[in-house]
Amino acid sequence: MKMTGAQMVIESLIKENVEVVFGYPGGAIMNVYDEIYKQKSFQHILAKHEQGAVHMADGYARATGKVGVSMVTSGPGITNAITGIATAYADSIPLVIISGQVPTTAIGTDAFQEVDAVGITRPVTKHNFLVKDVKDLPYVMKEAFYLARSGRPGPVHIDLPKDVTAAKTFFKYPEKIDLITYKPTYKGNARAIKRAAEAIKKAKKPVFYIGGGAVLSTAADIIREIVKITKIPAVETLMARGVLRFDCPFLLGMVGMHGSYAANMAMNDADLIISLGARFDDRVTGKIDEFAKNADIVHIDIDPSQIGKVVKTKYPIVGDLKLVLEDMMPFLVEGVKPEKFEEWREILNRYKELYPLAYNDSDEVIKPQWVIQKTGEIVPEDVIITTDVGQHQMWAAQFYPFTKPRQMITSGGLGTMGYGFPAALGAKRGVKEKLVVNFSGDGSIMMNIQEVLTGYKYNLPVINIILNNNYLGMVRQWQSMFYNDRLSETDLSDVQADFVELAESMGAVGYRVSKKDEFIDALNDALTQNKVAFIDVQVDRREDVLPMVPPNSPLKNMLVFKEDK
Amino acid sequence: MKRIISVIVENEHGVLARVVNMFAARGYNITSLTVAPIPNTEFSRMTIMSEGDPKVFEQIVKQLYKLIPVYKVIESSDFIEKEMTMVKFSIENNLSDIDALARCYNGSISNVGEKHVIVSVVDRPERIDNFLKAIKRFKPVDIVRSGVSVIER
Ligand SMILES: Cc1ncc(C[n+]2csc(CCOP(=O)(O)OP(=O)(O)O)c2C)c(N)n1
Repeated sequence: MKMTGAQMVIESLIKENVEVVFGYPGGAIMNVYDEIYKQKSFQHILAKHEQGAVHMADGYARATGKVGVSMVTSGPGITNAITGIATAYADSIPLVIISGQVPTTAIGTDAFQEVDAVGITRPVTKHNFLVKDVKDLPYVMKEAFYLARSGRPGPVHIDLPKDVTAAKTFFKYPEKIDLITYKPTYKGNARAIKRAAEAIKKAKKPVFYIGGGAVLSTAADIIREIVKITKIPAVETLMARGVLRFDCPFLLGMVGMHGSYAANMAMNDADLIISLGARFDDRVTGKIDEFAKNADIVHIDIDPSQIGKVVKTKYPIVGDLKLVLEDMMPFLVEGVKPEKFEEWREILNRYKELYPLAYNDSDEVIKPQWVIQKTGEIVPEDVIITTDVGQHQMWAAQFYPFTKPRQMITSGGLGTMGYGFPAALGAKRGVKEKLVVNFSGDGSIMMNIQEVLTGYKYNLPVINIILNNNYLGMVRQWQSMFYNDRLSETDLSDVQADFVELAESMGAVGYRVSKKDEFIDALNDALTQNKVAFIDVQVDRREDVLPMVPPNSPLKNMLVFKEDK
Repeated sequence: MKRIISVIVENEHGVLARVVNMFAARGYNITSLTVAPIPNTEFSRMTIMSEGDPKVFEQIVKQLYKLIPVYKVIESSDFIEKEMTMVKFSIENNLSDIDALARCYNGSISNVGEKHVIVSVVDRPERIDNFLKAIKRFKPVDIVRSGVSVIER
């Protein structure tokens, strides 16, 4: 039986076991939406903005480990989706984004709602396709899902001209994809693994440097095991929060610009850094010439282009982190003497005691860090935490007691304000039995607040805790520290939305909070509501995120306390 | 520093743009670029000549490998390099002088018209530079260079 291109899209999604599509219709994608109307296999969630739809698909993917799917129309549909796509690309999140396009005969004529979609998405996707012949469609769909989830994952975009979705041919979904040009290396080179293991045995001051790749390759269990056996201290990047439990005695905390003193000094003083799916981002290394001057580097990554990109790597291993660690494990079990690192651990533990993550709590005004810690005490342990971008994001990364990978969902690589709330909705759709809490700022939340309606319509109750400082706080902090307190365009106190009323107008519940007790009551109440909730917490306006490595400074030049400045 | 690479790519929509973007995205200039299908295959060979920082270039090569339609990136210092250039002169010139010069650079007169004579030569890019200097005195009307093609020895 012949099928239209639009029917093939639906059939392909079914074959890929897609259970939900986040999207927004329009002229060029209407043939596909007509088929969505007729089917019952998956749910379509209508976002209020294409950026929201893609962030939802992204949050869904991060929470579940599956491929997130998003569908948009041509022109403004796909351009609105770009920030979402770029966000997923920066953090290697598997997505398939399908956009409508003007008919093939109109491409290049500046037709209504035409943009060069594949041209625009090319730099922010792992790969993209313009389907010009309906015969190619099944293969393209299969390849898109395969590329999105294999190797180093990432977003893949398919542009579908309207005449292609209308054209008919026989549908045969390919069994498997075999690309001669694309063969990710999963298994690490045995000799390289052995050499790296030898280096770990010989090291005096080694440190595990754990990144987002540890989450993507589901390597957390084996990493926990290795840390336990070797007793080598470990640091986590923002993207790796939860790979080790917050109370793991070998975890020194987050590394980088707002990392803990112990974590950063461990990197600074180490003689061997063992990078586990981390990529030496500039927010982690600080000034690169001064980074880890006495350390050799073991770098395990599935993407060869990451290795040696920023730092010189003595022991490169290309492969899937989990498989590589499985192969390395026997060498470590046999050869590593945990006692050897005793002295090194003691030094670092002393740093931990001398400079713990701390803040001056107060009873007059709510400290944002307190809100985050308190939330950790009140909500169940298997909560999913999403964040927006700014100070609140860093405080969440620093102070939330994470216990599992995929528990922290945040825009790391791109740092996208407006990400947290739609991502929370997507995560909630993916893992319905879990509670989802989004930490946001009064700046960030405004960027996709329209999605309250989406949460209401599809009953995706997530709790938004707005750490409201009436500032674009993170920028304000930099202005205070590095621009002589010239607060250019960051004070939001003159005109501010009423978040409670705004939320309530779209079917959510809202709470305004300015005392500690009120916060506890509001959160406890929100937990019983089964609705999208907004808790607008008035926090200390001038709190800074500390410690801090000033931009382009070496890690060891940290500002630890406020007095340091 | 001059660099030449050969990139073997699958012939598919947008592949040229993908490869060129990789250079542009890192602020790297392409000095010359030639592309043509490889006979009896589904591949094309792109020869890219460029100049600049070795570290940036190393990244470009790694990133090129990441592109899905890229099959192989060949970096070799042992290439045979050739470039073609065609030059148009006024017919008023001394044709035997021009012809003699062209022969020194593996070339000859390709066409003689009413007003113009066209010479084509095929040689290494540096030698082409020299050729172009040498013919200056004949006041060339138009010069077209093909960009370099290479093959591993
Ligand atoms: C889309 C986008 N625009 C601008 C920025 C730059 N930026 C980074 S943090 C920040 C301030 C965030 O303010 P808010 O959401 O109120 O959070 P706070 O820092 O106060 O916790 C800005 C403007 C960004 N990251 N993303």
